[in-house]
Amino acid sequence: MALELKQIEKVVGRDVHIHPTDLVLEPGSFNILLGTTLAGKTTLMQLMAGLDRPTGGSVHFNGADVTGKRVQDRNVSMVYQQFINYPNFSVFENIASPLRVAKLPETEIKRRVGEIAELLKLSAMLDRKPSELSGGQQQRTAMARALVKDSDLVLLDEPLANLDFKLREELREELPKLFGDRDCVVVYATTEPTEALLLGGYTATMHEGRVTQFGPTGAIYRNPKDVISARVFSEPPINTAWVVKEGDRVALGNVAAWPAPDVLAGKPDGRYQIGLRPHHVLPLRADAADVPVAGEVLVTELSGSESVVHFKVGNETWVSLAHGIHAFDVGETAELFADMRHAFYFAPDGGLLAA
Amino acid sequence: MNKQINQKAWLFVLPVFILVAFNALIPLMTVVNYSVQETFGDNVFFWSGLLWFQEVLTSERFQNALIRQLIFTFSILAIEIPLGVAIALTMPRKGPWVPVCLVLMALPLLIPWNVVGAMWNIFALPDIGLLGYTLNALGFDYNFTSQPGDAWFTLILMDVWHWTSLVVLLAYAGLVSIPDAFYQAAKIDGAGSWAIFRHIQLPKMKRVLTIAVLLRFMDSFMIYTEVSVLTGGGPGNSTTLLSIDLVKIALGQFDLGPAAAMSLIYFLIILLLSWVFYTVMMRNEDQ
Repeated sequence: MALELKQIEKVVGRDVHIHPTDLVLEPGSFNILLGTTLAGKTTLMQLMAGLDRPTGGSVHFNGADVTGKRVQDRNVSMVYQQFINYPNFSVFENIASPLRVAKLPETEIKRRVGEIAELLKLSAMLDRKPSELSGGQQQRTAMARALVKDSDLVLLDEPLANLDFKLREELREELPKLFGDRDCVVVYATTEPTEALLLGGYTATMHEGRVTQFGPTGAIYRNPKDVISARVFSEPPINTAWVVKEGDRVALGNVAAWPAPDVLAGKPDGRYQIGLRPHHVLPLRADAADVPVAGEVLVTELSGSESVVHFKVGNETWVSLAHGIHAFDVGETAELFADMRHAFYFAPDGGLLAA
Repeated sequence: MNKQINQKAWLFVLPVFILVAFNALIPLMTVVNYSVQETFGDNVFFWSGLLWFQEVLTSERFQNALIRQLIFTFSILAIEIPLGVAIALTMPRKGPWVPVCLVLMALPLLIPWNVVGAMWNIFALPDIGLLGYTLNALGFDYNFTSQPGDAWFTLILMDVWHWTSLVVLLAYAGLVSIPDAFYQAAKIDGAGSWAIFRHIQLPKMKRVLTIAVLLRFMDSFMIYTEVSVLTGGGPGNSTTLLSIDLVKIALGQFDLGPAAAMSLIYFLIILLLSWVFYTVMMRNEDQ
């Protein structure tokens, strides 16, 4: 049961919330919408669900146009960032509520609620009210309600954002398993690149109301289509800079220079953009080919096992992410080593230059 | 024991202490003082024990006033709470009309109580008042100054006009605090508007509605100014509520002892009923 968006568009007043977008989501697939707040993830989900009407384009389900169809007639479920449950219903009644609306027989309701509660570890608290549950349990109840009704489309809008770290890890592991053997289309919105990578499946990177790239999560991470997609899909943010190619050398201002890579061979001299992930900029030289980059240290963040150093390179702020503790004083000029063989090279218009 | 006790903290408590003493404790204790004594003037007092309390509680006059008071309070609660919720539900939750609606709603609350009484008195006069004249012109025999039923009708209408806004504003505040996601989730479930009201809006409004019921209960139980200006307790004693009766006894007849005893009984009734309301409405909250 594929979900297909054709040139879908949402304009409110003068604000374009979603630029015309095409997207095909396959049945049984786990799809991630990755982007910062206001990138349009929630709007796109609401258009998919039918909670909001597009101002242009159409939504198709299994080939049928469902653009004008009301959400209650579509067999959709949605889980929100806030824990949405009926406050005066028990957990059992909360999970059962979509089945009650569908007027299923009592025995069938009992069986299905029992099954899903087992799966989401809620069996022991079926008699409780949502207000008597922890945040994680409340969100699991909301998920159980979304899963119990065998929807064709399950939308999860940053479901883990309001949970604490430990619970987030736990549920994140469980999630893809929960959907493993279902043939519904799952869409999961998140602001965190790491979460997208851990969840796997397919990812659509979103930026200012556009889907900038869509494909298998790992492939998208390894091969960003353009600077924007690369920026969206990097945490800490990818380091970018304008460089100038002259003959067989590439220079980053007067900070650094290195031999032009294969992707630039045959390209005209001039300005290009590079993108280099933080873990390819290290405080220690790992390889003779590494390019030294010197800059003023702005911030250092030391966790138990990792160091994150923000420093100034030309006009840009770069970030280095390294294992171990590397302490720098703020304000000192540090020399870091960039592994330019892992750099992405982008044309002046932002498109990735392929080898 | 060498522990030094620091007495300076009293200095910080003292201002509140003085304030509470003057605005609550001293007046209350004066009333308690009056309620157990008998006086024939000249500031000479005799101990009378619980005599006044007995007298008040067994007097038919007090019982009738209490019954009238209960009828009045429960009538206006039964009208204002559902009506307030209904109006709040129809108010827009976003957009340019929100401030307009809020100001219109708040308007009756800004009018001084005696003005409300005077306004309605004139408004309801059968010969020159718009309401009174219209009703008579339509063929109703309406005269709130001579017919007890009409007096009650006007009284309740006035209170509903004056105070429903408060319930509306409180209920509205409860409604706008419900995130959109709740409505969307209910829509996805296919829940109808009655189910949304019953299972989302009402439970989410519970706390503010409890406050609304308590405020309206206490205020209406103590109502004096508007009734005094509108009907003065009449015709006859038909709209003599507790507070009106109390003033008649205390200031009209200058029976300080019975008036003091009645004040205390009055106060205890409000306290008791408020507690009952609160406990009943919050019953499920702390399980």
